[in-house]
Amino acid sequence: MASKVTSAVMRQGLGVLGVAVRAEKAVFAAAVLASGLYGGMTVASAWALGWATENVVLPAFDKGDVTAGALWTAVLLIMGTALLKSIGVAGRRILAGLLQYRMQASSRRAVTRQYLRLPLSWHHRHPTGQLLSNASADAEAAWAPLAPLPMAVGVIVMLFTAAIAMLFTDLVLALVGFLIFPAIAVLNLVYQRRLSPLATRAQQLRAEVSEIAHESFDGALVVKTLGREALETERFQRRAHELRDANIAVGRVRGLFDPMLEALPTLGVLAVLGVGALRLSTASIDSGELVQVAYLFTLLAFPIRALGWVLAELPRSVVGWQRVRAVLDAEGSMAYGEAALEQAAPANLEISDVSYAYGSARVLHEVSFDVPPGRTVALVGPTGSGKSTLVQLLVRLVDPASGRVLLDGVDVRELAYGTLAGSVALVPQQTFLFDDTVRGNIALGLDVQDEDVWAALRLAQADGFVGALGDGLDTRVGERGTTLSGGQRQRLALARALARRPRLLILDDATSSVDPQVEAKILQGLRGAAASVVVVAYRMATIALADEIVYLDRGRVVDRGGHEELLARCEGYRNLVTAYEREEAERAAIEVEEVGA
Amino acid sequence: MSSSTEAAVIRSDADRSALATIRHGLSLTPEFRTGLAVTLALAVVATIGKIIVPIAVQQTIDTGLKTGTPDLPYIWRAVALCAAAVVLTALAGYVMNVRLYKATESSLATLRVRGFRHVHDLSVLTQNSERRGALVSRVTNDVDQISTFMQWGGLMIIVAFGQVLVASVLMFVYSWQLTLLVWACFVPLVIALPRFQRWLSRAYTTVRERTGDMLAAVSESVVGAAVIRAYASERRTADRIGTAVDANKAAQIKAQTIVGFVFPLTEIVAALAVSGIVLLGVRLGLSGDITAGKLVAFLFLITLFVSPLQTATEVLNEAQNAVAGWRRILGVLDTPPDVADPGEAGVELPRGPISVAFEHVRFAYPGGPPVLRDITLAIPPRSRVAVVGETGSGKTTFAKLLTRLMDPVSGRVTVDGHDLRDVRFSSLRSRIVMVPQDGFLFDGTLEENVRYGRPAATRDEIVLAMTELGLADWVEGLPSGLDTPVGQRGESLSAGERQLVALARAYLADPDLLLLDEATSAVDPATEVRLARALDGVTRGRTAVSIAHRLSTAENADEVLVFDAGELVQRGPHAQLVREPGVYADLHASWVSAAHS
Repeated sequence: MASKVTSAVMRQGLGVLGVAVRAEKAVFAAAVLASGLYGGMTVASAWALGWATENVVLPAFDKGDVTAGALWTAVLLIMGTALLKSIGVAGRRILAGLLQYRMQASSRRAVTRQYLRLPLSWHHRHPTGQLLSNASADAEAAWAPLAPLPMAVGVIVMLFTAAIAMLFTDLVLALVGFLIFPAIAVLNLVYQRRLSPLATRAQQLRAEVSEIAHESFDGALVVKTLGREALETERFQRRAHELRDANIAVGRVRGLFDPMLEALPTLGVLAVLGVGALRLSTASIDSGELVQVAYLFTLLAFPIRALGWVLAELPRSVVGWQRVRAVLDAEGSMAYGEAALEQAAPANLEISDVSYAYGSARVLHEVSFDVPPGRTVALVGPTGSGKSTLVQLLVRLVDPASGRVLLDGVDVRELAYGTLAGSVALVPQQTFLFDDTVRGNIALGLDVQDEDVWAALRLAQADGFVGALGDGLDTRVGERGTTLSGGQRQRLALARALARRPRLLILDDATSSVDPQVEAKILQGLRGAAASVVVVAYRMATIALADEIVYLDRGRVVDRGGHEELLARCEGYRNLVTAYEREEAERAAIEVEEVGA
Repeated sequence: MSSSTEAAVIRSDADRSALATIRHGLSLTPEFRTGLAVTLALAVVATIGKIIVPIAVQQTIDTGLKTGTPDLPYIWRAVALCAAAVVLTALAGYVMNVRLYKATESSLATLRVRGFRHVHDLSVLTQNSERRGALVSRVTNDVDQISTFMQWGGLMIIVAFGQVLVASVLMFVYSWQLTLLVWACFVPLVIALPRFQRWLSRAYTTVRERTGDMLAAVSESVVGAAVIRAYASERRTADRIGTAVDANKAAQIKAQTIVGFVFPLTEIVAALAVSGIVLLGVRLGLSGDITAGKLVAFLFLITLFVSPLQTATEVLNEAQNAVAGWRRILGVLDTPPDVADPGEAGVELPRGPISVAFEHVRFAYPGGPPVLRDITLAIPPRSRVAVVGETGSGKTTFAKLLTRLMDPVSGRVTVDGHDLRDVRFSSLRSRIVMVPQDGFLFDGTLEENVRYGRPAATRDEIVLAMTELGLADWVEGLPSGLDTPVGQRGESLSAGERQLVALARAYLADPDLLLLDEATSAVDPATEVRLARALDGVTRGRTAVSIAHRLSTAENADEVLVFDAGELVQRGPHAQLVREPGVYADLHASWVSAAHS
């Protein structure tokens, strides 16, 4: 990862800032204006103080007289500059926040819209963790320099004004400033360059420590049942100690540079006093001017560091933006056609010569079969035979490499957006519930009456436990809601599909966590639904529902037909579905032998 | 043993006062306390550096310029002396910083690791009483918050106090009247600070909550990608994300606006003080109570009040976060592990055939109805036991008590005659291993995951184990065989494949009692039968307990335990039970009808 402020990173970083400036022109302009006000007024406040010293304080002490006019002018100048400076500070901070948070929000929206637009095959190629961090941490990092940016612009205004003010005051004192301030800027740059890679590493390690804790606590049951607590603690400790060392390394750099950056302007003020005394002795300046310059040095010492903060954030910003950009630039989307479908009778599904590959690994080879209206087809095959991939093709989560999937005779790729979802409902193997209410999870934005929701829940044998939940249909479920068992979650997912009264229902091992007794009731209920059904299953009860069975092995249709037919002629199928019975028979035979012996 | 139903929740220790919390926390981190006095002394020295400039200004103006022409040698001597002091205090600052970082990072790393280990030592029930993310943050973010405070905020408090104190003392020496004036200006602001901090803290709390909501919404677009597409609910999801992103943005901007308004207040108050000093100071000067140099020095000293007050709200906020962080990590450490390892005092059981007994065991979840009522049973060595019953009958609770994931509310579980509570965890976990249903895997290769069962196993032993389990073909079919990465939580594998790895892991651990809790529910029947045979391991002298709702498991067992509504209602071999009218006969009938319908 590029973490050093190289000139390339600098250029890219300014490019990223340019994106924000173009997107939020008005806010940026206002923020810069406010910062300019702040910068100008900081210098002006030093000048006001110098003026007060020269025209009010020193005459009063020297000659013992002071005019009320001069006194009140001084007060007015001091209060006026402070008030304007405060307005500048408030404006700068608020507008910088507006700039930063607006850009963050718009990046997050854009990235997540892209996630929703890109095809599932794209999602398959990118790890979940990476996609989540693109939308959260990276979007944040990309716009982090926007917070100190207006301040930095203000500082530049401040330095410029200060330089002019000092040049007008005294050339020799100005020279001291021209030596000290660039020295502070350079020191700060060196500081950020040294700090930035260390800070990045600490940040990285912090994420890793957190990942280990997450994984380890997620697997707490495994850790406990195998008694691996010490092993896990060792693993965590190793990384925690690396983090400790990385943080200490950061501390060393901070500890070295922070006091230096404080000492340098202080030494500058002392130099001003030393040189200024010399200039006073030759009457080149007056005491007020000396005070003004010394005060200016005190005021400038801190803000000048803002330049360093922007620079420090740039490398992280560039990396963050590049990752966000990569998502935004990702090509490919599902193209939809115009075709519509009759929304009445059970659907007719036809799969013809479909092949599919993940990368170079082909998982489906010229698969063909059909599901006539109202019929139920079971997809049966050993673990890893391509059933779930096939199911994804049926609902067009992915498109086949070759071959066609036809719904009522229309290639699914020609259907208009939403048409397929209006006819076909998939209940996937892995249940996903939204962080929403039971009703929200079942309706998913569809306008469904409560009685229809309950009807779907009844059919999915979920009405009982939903009724027992505290708030019924309004109970929040999902990641941060009520905890449901695996079987209960599966039944909600099933109800979600049934609430749509689909013309084609696809069940991908969708009742694996449900008790057999409950499953039997669900299956009985489904027989009444006026839909064509494709079901992936191992259980005999589920297979027995089917009018036809398609037996898959290693991505090919090996055989299809009725249960009895396949039992008679397909060896793979026979082995798979009669495994228990054969087991039983063999055991009986062994026992007989043992008894015989 | 009612304690097992009470200590199930991790406290956050809110009843302890902030000071008591910090004291308790520090007592657990000796690394922080050693040498703290020296570090603090160095901090004081570093702080003194801040008043060097005002002193130098005063000396220059009053002593050096008194005669009208500057006393150059005197001024230069003073300036040189001050410069030396600046360098010295900077050096003190460096040493102080490094010491502080080392001490805090070491102590917090220790605390972090202890917290992590303690989480694993807590009972399953306690672990499950809190969301995983919250548990993780107790050993990550919460600890980070403490370190941020100790290295910045806490230091700021010390420095700010020192700075204001030293400045006030010097001011007092110069002029008590002006000192009172300065205090009169700043005190109201100081009084108002806690109120500002409360606003800010509330605003930040909202930001954190909204950020959590936003991250949850964003994650739906990634984790729920398949369901969103299958149900064409892209727009609905985009709207949900948009709402969450906007709410987060609004909260951030609100917090920033509060900061924006509060921050410059100090500037205005400081300007008031400066004006007052000029007005009053000139009057005092006229009566000869103060010199010009001292008056100008006051103007510089006021800047020392500004930065502590400007950062005070942030510092107070961090202090509050740090105390909350302390409470949360200490909450973990103070939660007693209610299912505790007897450790050295415990019994070490020799390996070999194992016998288990339940004696009048009762169990109820905290605040819940009884889940197991008066269970008494014995499982002899080398037996195959099947546990059956409907959902909620108490099967899983039985498994958790048998593996001592939980302790009974009354009664006892014994292994080889010893109460489970008296057996060392190291011994217990090597003799009894449970394989849960979900098949959790760690992010790593297949080989690493299997080796987790026995860390000392060689690759050959792992290959052999896979062969014995009949999984060699499956492993060979994977892209990189044993070196195939399984992904986070094993996500790259299917649910069935994850279960295979989890089983292999337990098999390699080679316990004397293997407990399978629906451990092959997602595996195809042929593979399942192969596994069941390999795992039986009766010839190795192993006891096998299986919770399953498959007919074959019950039929093949030496004994079937039938649970119903928390009671052991029937036990005996399948052949006998199936002939008696009762729960088992009913269950059996429903299995048979499901399998052959």
